[in-house]
Amino acid sequence: MEPVRIPPFETFYEEHKDPVFAHLRRLLGQGAEDAFQETFLRALRAYPELRNGRHLRAWVFTIATRVAIDETRRRRPMASPWLHELAVEDGLPPHAELGHLTDNLPPKERAAVVLRYGFDLPYDEIAAALGSSEDAARQATSSGVRRLRERSKRS
Amino acid sequence: MTNVSAELDSRFRAAAAEEGLLDVAYDVVDSPLGELFVGISDRGLCVISYEADPDAQVERLARGFGSRVLRSTRPVDPARRQLDEYFEGKRKRFDLDVDLRLARDFGRTVLEELGRVPFGEVTTYGELAARAGKPRAARAVGTIMNRNPVPIVLPCHRVVGANGSLVGYAGGLERKHQLLRLEGALLA
Repeated sequence: MEPVRIPPFETFYEEHKDPVFAHLRRLLGQGAEDAFQETFLRALRAYPELRNGRHLRAWVFTIATRVAIDETRRRRPMASPWLHELAVEDGLPPHAELGHLTDNLPPKERAAVVLRYGFDLPYDEIAAALGSSEDAARQATSSGVRRLRERSKRS
Repeated sequence: MTNVSAELDSRFRAAAAEEGLLDVAYDVVDSPLGELFVGISDRGLCVISYEADPDAQVERLARGFGSRVLRSTRPVDPARRQLDEYFEGKRKRFDLDVDLRLARDFGRTVLEELGRVPFGEVTTYGELAARAGKPRAARAVGTIMNRNPVPIVLPCHRVVGANGSLVGYAGGLERKHQLLRLEGALLA
């Protein structure tokens, strides 16, 4: 496919600022303001390296999600808030270092697992954040969980 | 959906400029000649346009200077202040860096010469051509004036025909008239 031209940053920002802020509000609640600024500053730094304007929404949602994960870690570095839910849903033992555990997952699976169990996002929003279909988001989540489960058996 | 507040929006726009991440920061500035679109690059003032509708300007700037074009008030403030002073009759020279990187060769020489035409005086297309080293290039100078990236600050309104007629102005002859009247270069 032909690459899509990168729009001026102003156009990109105006188009995505409200959905990105809503996404961060869902992930973080209070404190989404700082994460919002950090998200678009990171986007601005990386903007000259972009070669294709096709998946800009997925691109900026991924940045926002990473910023939110960093922010959550900063707030509660030891006990991440998604531990409990993951344990309940999948019978995994609570693990004080799940943040680090998911570090070793492929990026897409990691983001999917964290968004699903850390932030309780529905699959259509995870799909939007990953820039993939809802089915692909479901698959990434379940294969991420499977991988985590296998690792926890081995250790 | 929760929308971004005006405060958060301007906080981000200010931070983007402060961190030096913009190719061009722009804003719309009020003036007695109507709204002006004013853009500042890392090298200085790079556009003043009477066409204040941002969309077309933003696209054009992104092609010429890089894609990181964003409306941001603070970088534009010094230019805004000096334009205000000029229109209030309190300023005769602009003290602003001008970014002429898109002007080439003769065009650039002509624009640099244009910057030396003082407040309240006029020159002709032919004279300006001669000062730029090509006395027969009056017509080319007319085209260069018409595409002046930073009118008012580079005073193309001070360039008139050999017979004293105003000839033309990218912002419309009425504006050229107003500027020359403001400077006392025209009596009526």
